[in-house]
Amino acid sequence: MSAERISRRTFAGGIAAFAFARRAGAQGYAGLGDTADGFAPVTPGKVFAFPGDHGPHPEFRIEWWYLTANLTDASGAACGLQWTLFRQATQPGPQGEGWANQQVWMGHAAVTRTDTHRFSELFARGGVGQAGVEAKPFIAWIDDWEMRGSERTDDRTLAPLTLRASGIDFSYALTLEANRPVVLQGDAGYSRKSERGQASYYYSQPFFRVRGTLSIDDKPVNVSGQAWMDREWSSQPLSPDQSGWDWFSLHLPDDEKLMLYRLRQKDGRENLFGNWITPDGRSVEIAAPANSLTPLAMTEIDGRKLPTSWRVSLPGHGLAIETAPLNPRSWMGTGFSYWEGPISFTGTHNGVGYLELTGY
Amino acid sequence: MRRALWVLAVLLSHWRRHKMQFATLLIGLIAATALWSGVQAINQQARNAYDRAAATFGGVRTAMLVAPNAATFSQDLFVKLRRAGWPVSPVLEGRVQLNGHSMRLLGIEPVTLPADVGNAPRLGAADLTRFVAPPGQTLVAQETLIDLQEAEGTAPPISSGAKLPPLHVLPQLVPDVLVVDIGVAQRLLNKPGQVSRLLIGKPNGRPAPLQSVVGDQLQRVEPTAETELERLTDSFHLNLTAFGLLSFFVGLFIVNSAVGLAFEQRLPMLRTLRACGASARMVNTVLVVELVVLALIAGLIGLVCGYFIAAALLPDVAASLRGLYGAQIPGQLTLHAEWWFAGIGISVAGAVVAAATSLIKAIRMPVLATAQPRAWQQAQHRWLILQSAAACAVFAVALFLLRYGESLIAGFGVLAALMLGAALILPAFLEIILLAGQRRARGPVALWFWADSRQQLSGLSLALMALLLALAVNVGVSTMVETFSRTFIGWLNGRLAADVYISASDNAQAIAIRNWLKDRGEVQAILSGGRAETQVQGQPVELFGLPDHALYRELWPLLEAAPRPWTRLVPGNAAFISEQLSRRLNVGVGDVVEVPAPGGPWELDIVGIYADYGNPKGQLAVNVAALIRQFPQTPQTRIGLIVPREKIPGLIAALQKQFSLDERSVADQATVKAESIRIFNRTFAVTSALNAFTLGVAGIALLTSLLTLANSRLPQLAPLWAIGITRPRLAAIELTKTLSVSLFTALLALPLGLVVAWCLIAIVNVKAFGWRLPFHVFPLQLIELVAVALLAALLAALLPVARLARMQPTDLVKVFANER
Amino acid sequence: MLSIKNLSKSFSSAGEPVSVLRGVDLDLRAGERVALTGESGSGKSTLLHLIAGLDAADSGSIRLEETEVTALSDAGRASLRRNRIGLVFQQFNLIPSLSVEDNLAFQARIAGRHDAAWSKELIERLGLGSLLRRYPEQLSGGQQQRVAIGRALATKPSLLLADEPTGNLDEATADDVLALTRDLVARTGCGFLMVTHSLHLAAKLDRHVTLHAGRIT
Repeated sequence: MSAERISRRTFAGGIAAFAFARRAGAQGYAGLGDTADGFAPVTPGKVFAFPGDHGPHPEFRIEWWYLTANLTDASGAACGLQWTLFRQATQPGPQGEGWANQQVWMGHAAVTRTDTHRFSELFARGGVGQAGVEAKPFIAWIDDWEMRGSERTDDRTLAPLTLRASGIDFSYALTLEANRPVVLQGDAGYSRKSERGQASYYYSQPFFRVRGTLSIDDKPVNVSGQAWMDREWSSQPLSPDQSGWDWFSLHLPDDEKLMLYRLRQKDGRENLFGNWITPDGRSVEIAAPANSLTPLAMTEIDGRKLPTSWRVSLPGHGLAIETAPLNPRSWMGTGFSYWEGPISFTGTHNGVGYLELTGY
Repeated sequence: MRRALWVLAVLLSHWRRHKMQFATLLIGLIAATALWSGVQAINQQARNAYDRAAATFGGVRTAMLVAPNAATFSQDLFVKLRRAGWPVSPVLEGRVQLNGHSMRLLGIEPVTLPADVGNAPRLGAADLTRFVAPPGQTLVAQETLIDLQEAEGTAPPISSGAKLPPLHVLPQLVPDVLVVDIGVAQRLLNKPGQVSRLLIGKPNGRPAPLQSVVGDQLQRVEPTAETELERLTDSFHLNLTAFGLLSFFVGLFIVNSAVGLAFEQRLPMLRTLRACGASARMVNTVLVVELVVLALIAGLIGLVCGYFIAAALLPDVAASLRGLYGAQIPGQLTLHAEWWFAGIGISVAGAVVAAATSLIKAIRMPVLATAQPRAWQQAQHRWLILQSAAACAVFAVALFLLRYGESLIAGFGVLAALMLGAALILPAFLEIILLAGQRRARGPVALWFWADSRQQLSGLSLALMALLLALAVNVGVSTMVETFSRTFIGWLNGRLAADVYISASDNAQAIAIRNWLKDRGEVQAILSGGRAETQVQGQPVELFGLPDHALYRELWPLLEAAPRPWTRLVPGNAAFISEQLSRRLNVGVGDVVEVPAPGGPWELDIVGIYADYGNPKGQLAVNVAALIRQFPQTPQTRIGLIVPREKIPGLIAALQKQFSLDERSVADQATVKAESIRIFNRTFAVTSALNAFTLGVAGIALLTSLLTLANSRLPQLAPLWAIGITRPRLAAIELTKTLSVSLFTALLALPLGLVVAWCLIAIVNVKAFGWRLPFHVFPLQLIELVAVALLAALLAALLPVARLARMQPTDLVKVFANER
Repeated sequence: MLSIKNLSKSFSSAGEPVSVLRGVDLDLRAGERVALTGESGSGKSTLLHLIAGLDAADSGSIRLEETEVTALSDAGRASLRRNRIGLVFQQFNLIPSLSVEDNLAFQARIAGRHDAAWSKELIERLGLGSLLRRYPEQLSGGQQQRVAIGRALATKPSLLLADEPTGNLDEATADDVLALTRDLVARTGCGFLMVTHSLHLAAKLDRHVTLHAGRIT
């Protein structure tokens, strides 16, 4: 199975594999479709505690801090950015000291405009301080990329934060504010990924307000907008017959939010999951047979056909929209590659969000 | 096309009737290509090995950050730099003792390791997990595994008792290196949290200035295109290349004379072809095609021969390089496609160059022959003057280089110019000798002998020039080797002062051995030595700790010294300097050298200069106690003993039994000396082999020239036969002529060879190795060489002369019948 | 068939131009056999070389059938020699490294006009049948010249040019060779122009012209 066939949100567990795939093509995936031997299991009924759960959970195999932002610059042009830190444990058991530490970290950063998409990736081993996450005061970093809290950072809202990253041809520095607590996804933070019990712990902060500077080819512009952060960790989140993933995070009007994803199975069947989040922070799982996701237009990149425009229909919530990518070529050509980019949508609801396509 | 093939067939039919000429042409091309590409193959192999060594997980091919005092530093600096955006990767290096071998241990961090470190070995994905995750892996070269006598997958302990991760072969790795994860290296070397250097990869943004992140704790070292090893071995490869080039030119000489004769003989054929309606363009094209095809065939054969030459020489080359510089070259030959293409290319280019004058002559040839008698004498005269003028110009270049040249290349330039000049002036020299002979000749046959020798000169001169060069190089190289050998053995006697040498595996064992030895009555003295490594003015320098013992005072070979040098050494503020280092640093007796030491700079008065032949590293000899004071980390594992001769075997046996030391760890003086001399002899093994090859090629050149001449000489000999000189007598005269010109050439080669030897010893050697040898002449050797040269000439002349002696009278008559 | 008009050619000798041909006019009908005589140095060979395109004229015209020889390029002249002219020299000019058979076929092969039947007939008429495997040096002069004639006629040329073809042969052999040549020329119907210094031989051809002071008389 090649690394490309694996979705990141369910499966960023392949971090180490990504790191290694960089040098040797895609291989050596540490069997994440298999068992969770020795790692902590994901079970329903967990009580989330902050700031502790903002920090790492090294007893679980994989984990990430995943932020996407929909922005506009001074001229009103739309743009988007991504900042992600992945963690993977190569072996279970007590945490090794120094270089003996079994955690491997990977960072992805990207910026997207209508005419360009830039990205960069970093790798690091844990234990020596090159990368890591601390809960209080909050900081997640790899090399000189960081998502950093301060004395003022509220454990419930995980805000304010500063965020920065850079690649060879882009960089950004932003501040994130939020006045509502983080939101538990799935069933009270227990997010089921298959009928067979694969699951993750999952919460989000979809209410960030963002302001800062974004620079492409050394041309800085001031930007502002909204951002969405996902926190997820698991030991064995995907079942072997699942092939990939189409994921939406949508900023609806009036501060409503919608998280929606479709898990594709190798036999062609698909499962739709999601949460509808109200402005007061309530999060309700959406599950109705009438809900549907339909690809509308395909973009071909590197010989892959990717559905970059969609029709989303949730009759139970009175939602019927069509989405369009800001830049249909928002391809993350990293060691482990996928499509991730800002979108806009129209229909019963108008707004912006992020789309991720994996396993194509 | 068909027409062209017919023309080609007609041209080729010439060779069917002149098989020897054809063979000559091919032999010339094959010899030229074979030796040249053989040498290139060896050089390529060596270069690859150096590259491998240099690129081993970020060697000197990668830019890096190091501490100014070359010490290890905290990996916190690594983290600090990464968090400031610096794309650095940590490396920890040290030495460990494994199965009695001292090995380089390299700890790397594979996740951040720059991907672009030359042709460094790469780790696959699955490999990486295995490399990092416990128990990890120790990557080694196949050769190392064999040296260590360990199987893949075993986890042998190092001398400290700690176990290495299981051994795993990584084929591209250099020998004698163990590569482990940095964490493992820190544990094995007992340097937790320490790194030796940081490799700099491709930046991923704009890192903050170095100064602002780490202050002056680290400094940047730019990648070097050339490693220390390459600089040292350069001279050796230059030597090889020079030999290859020489052979190549000698081969081209052969081609030139064969092609020249063939074209001359084929001129009437070309005219007939043209008269019968083959256009000039077609004939010329076919001529070039013929040459290129022949060159391709010969080139291919030459390459195969070159491959075998290289394969045969490689073990010697590898031994030489290891002996001289400690450079590790695999003994197995691997060649790239470029080598084959380059070889074929050089063959074709060489053939075209060698045939250029003949080709141009053929192309410019008018259809109608203008019957002009060959004014050979005038032509030869002009040619001699021109060539001698060229020789003088080349000599002037040699003088200029000798006077103003500084580099090794200039040294070789002097050599090359000298030899070229001598070769160019040779025909003029011979002409003068022969003319003198002719003037003094009495009797018609003697007169003819001298005059005819003169006329033959232009035909033979290329072959004679080749012979001269080969002989001169031979004289030069063997004089140098012999000189070196004598000096080296004399010096060795002085340097190997102690009777028994012990190399303990670590300090603890050394102390135990010393204590044990104190109770042994036969041990008259225990001499402790020690070595430390440091850098002076960017040069790696070895500090050699000398025990304060009368024996050293007597035997240690000082070339130059201040008064009471040994007494001045004792307090620890003075040192002897090796000849090479003194030349490199331009430091003499009375100067001061500042050596960086862990406790701060160590100022040393230079009180003596000593010979240190064969050591590529510069050396400073200091009092051993002072050395240990300044470099407390110095392993004191080397022990020398003074023991009565007859007690040596017993003591060695007892030592081996008591401390389970292997044969490498305890040795008596005689064994060490024998080993040193063996290494030394192998060092020059290639030189002698190539020497023999070039002499052989020169012999072939002489043979082929004589063979081609033999045919054209019939018209000259027939009249003599007609007037009553018998065929055996004619053959004898011919033989005498060949031998005498060869003898003259050989005699001229002797002084030239001595000059070459002087250049090698006084210029090239000093520039390449840093030491100067006393110059000796070995008359016996010279006589031997002259004899060899005459033998070669005799063999070369025998075949054509025998043919002449056996020639049927009708063939001689034909000369008159066919003459037109 | 061959029409030469006002042909001039001069060489420089010791810096002085020496006119060899000064307006030569000569016509040959198809099948006509003409002998060209003249003193040594009168330019007989030069004229022959010019007709064969071995050398270039200073002025004047040489027309062979419809071709103006003086207007041809180097390659054109080579093609002319290959296809339409046969050349026979005093020195035979055989290729020493080729057998008799290969020497015979050689020009025809280069011209791409090898005709096996004609070649067989030539060998027969020239009486070379038993010598085919020999090399030129193993032949007598007469035999060598017969090979040369065979080579020249193997292409069935329009014009056979011979430059003192019998100069190196004794009288009997010379008569023999000439008789053979005449027969063969008659058989092929080509024109034949022979340079000779022998009036005896010249008399055996249809016409006899003399080159004197650079002109045909």
